[in-house]
Amino acid sequence: MAESARAASGGSDALIEVRGLTKIYKVGVETIHALRGLDLAIGRNEMVAIMGSSGSGKSTLMNMLGCLDRPTGGQYLLNGRDVSHMGARELAQVRNEEIGFVFQSFELLPRQTALENVELPLIYAKGGWRGRRARALAALDRVGLAQRVHHRPNQLSGGQRQRVAIARAILNKPSILLADEPTGNLDSATTAEILTLFRQIHAEGQTVVIVTHEDEVAAHCHRVVRLRDGRVLSDLPVAQDSAGRHLPGVSALAAAKGGDAC
Amino acid sequence: MLNPLFWLQAISLAFSQIWANKSRAFLTALGIIVGVASTTAVIAALTGLRARVLTEFESVGASKFFVFPDRPDNAPRNLYPFEKIRVRPEEARAIKEECTLVKAVTPVTEVGLDVQQGDKIIDGITVAGIWPDWHVVQNRFVVEGRPFTQIDEDGERQVCLINSDAITELNLPANPVGESILIGGRRFAIVGVVETTQARFFGMNTSSAEIFIPFSVAAKMQDLNFFMRVEGLFTSPEVAEDGQEEVRFVMRRMRGILPGGVETFSVTAIDRFIEQFKALAAGITAIAGGIVGISLLVGGIGIMNIMLVSVSERTREIGLRKAVGATPMAILLQFLLEAVTLCLVGGFIGIAVGRLAAFGLTKIPGAQLDQADIPFWAVVLSFAFSAFTGLVFGMFPAIKASRLDPIEALRHE
Repeated sequence: MAESARAASGGSDALIEVRGLTKIYKVGVETIHALRGLDLAIGRNEMVAIMGSSGSGKSTLMNMLGCLDRPTGGQYLLNGRDVSHMGARELAQVRNEEIGFVFQSFELLPRQTALENVELPLIYAKGGWRGRRARALAALDRVGLAQRVHHRPNQLSGGQRQRVAIARAILNKPSILLADEPTGNLDSATTAEILTLFRQIHAEGQTVVIVTHEDEVAAHCHRVVRLRDGRVLSDLPVAQDSAGRHLPGVSALAAAKGGDAC
Repeated sequence: MLNPLFWLQAISLAFSQIWANKSRAFLTALGIIVGVASTTAVIAALTGLRARVLTEFESVGASKFFVFPDRPDNAPRNLYPFEKIRVRPEEARAIKEECTLVKAVTPVTEVGLDVQQGDKIIDGITVAGIWPDWHVVQNRFVVEGRPFTQIDEDGERQVCLINSDAITELNLPANPVGESILIGGRRFAIVGVVETTQARFFGMNTSSAEIFIPFSVAAKMQDLNFFMRVEGLFTSPEVAEDGQEEVRFVMRRMRGILPGGVETFSVTAIDRFIEQFKALAAGITAIAGGIVGISLLVGGIGIMNIMLVSVSERTREIGLRKAVGATPMAILLQFLLEAVTLCLVGGFIGIAVGRLAAFGLTKIPGAQLDQADIPFWAVVLSFAFSAFTGLVFGMFPAIKASRLDPIEALRHE
């Protein structure tokens, strides 16, 4: 099982390759070292959970992976392309084409319909004009909301809203689906539904990275990366991580998956 | 950026944003609305005034000219005393006989005299001395009795013409031909009645009673060096310029002015007045333009204020848009477009209100603005100014939005 993790991370065709990543914030006179030389590699079609307590650098890493921020030092190769020194315009294009974001609070535009919300990334895409409706409808169909395309966010339940957000994230077939606490605002039944959806999308070939602090969520992933003080504390298959054992219902599943991987 | 979907959504978003905050948008755009409305109304009034005045000039006759005594600019008064430069009757005669482009000409001298009819006395009525050709020059003919003839002029006959307003003011019978009145103590027979015209300029028709006597008689009733002018009519408006030259030539010869010598008279054609009025109207239009500039500045500050509020309200939305790939330029354009749209909507309402005001102006009795209307260029200009205001004052908030850090923006409460 340890080998599987290594094989995925050590491969030369790694989707995400981060080397010696550092990030220093200056808050007044204080300097905060959010990341202190972090190394990480994620391969194609992995499903990874990034965990850590607050202050561990988890959010900073997510912002780096999502190309929302630039590192102070180190290198970030996305799809073999160095994105660590790109300008705001280039980064915007990378986000548009390579990254799909899912946020804790959904971030849907309240006055637009589900369909219009899903179409949003196409507004900023090259050649987003053609076939936009069909693509958006297909994405909504994939998340099981084909019947709700003309509803506005306030006419949808929390789970449905997050499904719209996921449809929006996968619309451009991004390299990474990056979810930041995607179930933080949902009840447990809906959480299970959304996580099942993530697993389903992953099964269709999508690379998924979920940032979370809940073991229950992490248990749905195949690999768990734990951070502490801006460095990787542990990087294990889910079955070997403590997350895999926290919930009996899931642990059996995770163990089975871990066993499969072995 | 060139994606049509971007422009489509930016424009529809701008309108939905205005629709969602209707009252706020209205109050914001009020500055623009008031500015555009007041300016278009002023321009409409001016257009009406202009049309009115030009028609009046035309009714006077576009081919009309005047000869006045005139001192050269900055020349000392004592060098050109009035006795030397006054227009003389023989000069009028010379113009009449020699100028081929002059159809009709008359000297006019006006003198204030007491006029008495029975026990009714009116002090200081303006009595004008004229030649028979005056009827042609002024395009005013008699409605009763007969016009002046050369015999009246040559024989210095004590006859007069009056206008219909003078009939009422002097308590004369409805057909006063054959009656007589005392003008400056002399008895004059009324031989005809001329129509009262409105061809006088605004505010100048203080007394509407008019009395006309032969020029030769009027000359005798005044001092030796009395003031007179020459009024005449060119054969057509097209020859006005050549005609003016001809009159000047005759006048120079009569006065013995050598080539290069200064002219002690002026020949003014009516189209000169039209030009002067047009220049005045253009000046007022420019002032109105200045007012619109100031009001749009004030309105623009309101726009900037509300756009800053909008940017801070929608910080999370901006963050999300950036996360899904909006470049700083796309965000900038979106907010700029919103400001411009808001201003254009304001401009549209302003023009509508201005149009309503212009319509109201035409209904004011006695204001003589029945031709008030907003010209097309003013509509175009109002929209252009509004859009420009949106661009200028929307720029700062839009730049602010475009520079927001996506992480900070998404964390914004």
